Amino acid sequence: MDTPILVAEKLAVRFETAEGPVTAVDDVSFSVRQGEFLSIIGPSGCGKSTVFNVIGGLLSQHQGTVKVAGELIDGPHKSIGMVFQEESTFPWRNVVDNVAFPLELTGMPKQKRIERAEHFIRMVGLDGFEKRYPGELSGGMRQRVSLARTLASEPKILLMDEPFAALDEQTRLLLGDKVLQIQQQLSQTTLLITHNITEAVQMSDRILVMTYRPGRVKRIVDIDLPRPRTSDIVGSEAFGRYVAQIWNDLREEASRGLKDEEAHMLHEARP
Amino acid sequence: MSAAAPARRAAALADIAPAATGLACVVAFFAVMEALIRSGLISEYIVPPPSQVIDALGRVVMEEHIVRRFFLTIGECLTTGVMITVFGVAGGVAMHRYKLLQQAVETWVAALAAAPVVLAYPLFMVIFGRNAWTIIMIGFVAALPPVILKTIEGLSGTRKVLINVGRSFNLSGSQQFFKIMLPAALPTIFTGIRLGLIFALINIVGVEFLINYGGLGQLINDLAERYDLPGTYAAICFVILVSVVFFMTLEKIERWLRPAT
Repeated sequence: MDTPILVAEKLAVRFETAEGPVTAVDDVSFSVRQGEFLSIIGPSGCGKSTVFNVIGGLLSQHQGTVKVAGELIDGPHKSIGMVFQEESTFPWRNVVDNVAFPLELTGMPKQKRIERAEHFIRMVGLDGFEKRYPGELSGGMRQRVSLARTLASEPKILLMDEPFAALDEQTRLLLGDKVLQIQQQLSQTTLLITHNITEAVQMSDRILVMTYRPGRVKRIVDIDLPRPRTSDIVGSEAFGRYVAQIWNDLREEASRGLKDEEAHMLHEARP
Repeated sequence: MSAAAPARRAAALADIAPAATGLACVVAFFAVMEALIRSGLISEYIVPPPSQVIDALGRVVMEEHIVRRFFLTIGECLTTGVMITVFGVAGGVAMHRYKLLQQAVETWVAALAAAPVVLAYPLFMVIFGRNAWTIIMIGFVAALPPVILKTIEGLSGTRKVLINVGRSFNLSGSQQFFKIMLPAALPTIFTGIRLGLIFALINIVGVEFLINYGGLGQLINDLAERYDLPGTYAAICFVILVSVVFFMTLEKIERWLRPAT
């Protein structure tokens, strides 16, 4: 658990916009240990998704380095499996074919990859829905299909960008349980990008709190709650303390973000 | 149980109501036309009463080799369909791939979609002669633009997140195209092919009429030249019926090919 499998050092990303260059992320360094669950939390506009894209190799124009098991990566890497915020199942494939997609790319024989896909479908609790198409499933079920598809590629690191952001709070808590159960079952190293404090505290070993633009590391909080964990932990006193502590850190950043947004809107509305 | 039966009946009625209303409208239209023609408000030397058209339909089917003509027209349509699918999709893919080509040509293709290509039939007759290829090529030129434009639209409309999923799995360029972009674009491409086939059918029957060669279009021309008005209208009704069946068949094929929708 102590060996870092993912190390990000001095990440910085600058974008050119119509109003001049914007520094989205600046001097962000952190590491994720083998089997650890780390969440990155911050207000809207703090560059969380930019960090997700850099780690996933989808954004090449950045400064700093990302290493996976000591190997410097520059682009998508087979060790990192990504789950996206937007609905990302393939609508033309049924559930089993969606999940078997990464196995198909490896050239695995059809029967074997179907069996393997069914294993991951059971893991996310979608057995019975193998032949259904995404259009016949709810939003939460579709996100579980995406999760199963990523797990089927057996990544060393599971990288998730607000995968349950579009779901209601109760579904989100229950799916959080499912993710926790899988993470514990597979000892899966997981990096979760989120803006939801409850979700972060429910699942994480550590939480990295980011500042509002430019996104920097404000603080890393160790979550010393017992494992195995479920959503029952939400009612505990210690859970409440962590939520309050992180909100305390985030409130100032979220207020800055809100003021910035209002100032921007005023500027836009000015004749 | 007793409460469920009326609910089932109501649901069954709701299911057939749209089709029944549509059919009732057609019957009402024919009844009004019959009344207007019989009363002399519309001259029966220009438009025959629907009852005579229905009578003539059996005669046209029996005496005018309508089955052979039908298969000739449908054969021309299907040949055109294969050609627009191959060249239209390939053209759309090339234009999506090479932006300069797209910027240079897309407006012309869109303009061609609105052009009455059928009027250029003498030129096609000079090039291909008075045979089925003239008809097929006019159908092809008229039906190609929607396939090209819809292919570009479908490929450009592939959701960014699906492309990113492909990138996250390290797909090569061709894998990205064949496993993600093309399947994602297929519904839109199929809409283009369906539109193209409808354009093709309209133009093929039109050119058959104009050059008095081939299948159903030639039949309408023959009957009109004989001043067999009930027969002419019966043939026109048959072509409309063929178009409707053709369109419905395409919809069925589309649903069969894309069970996800």
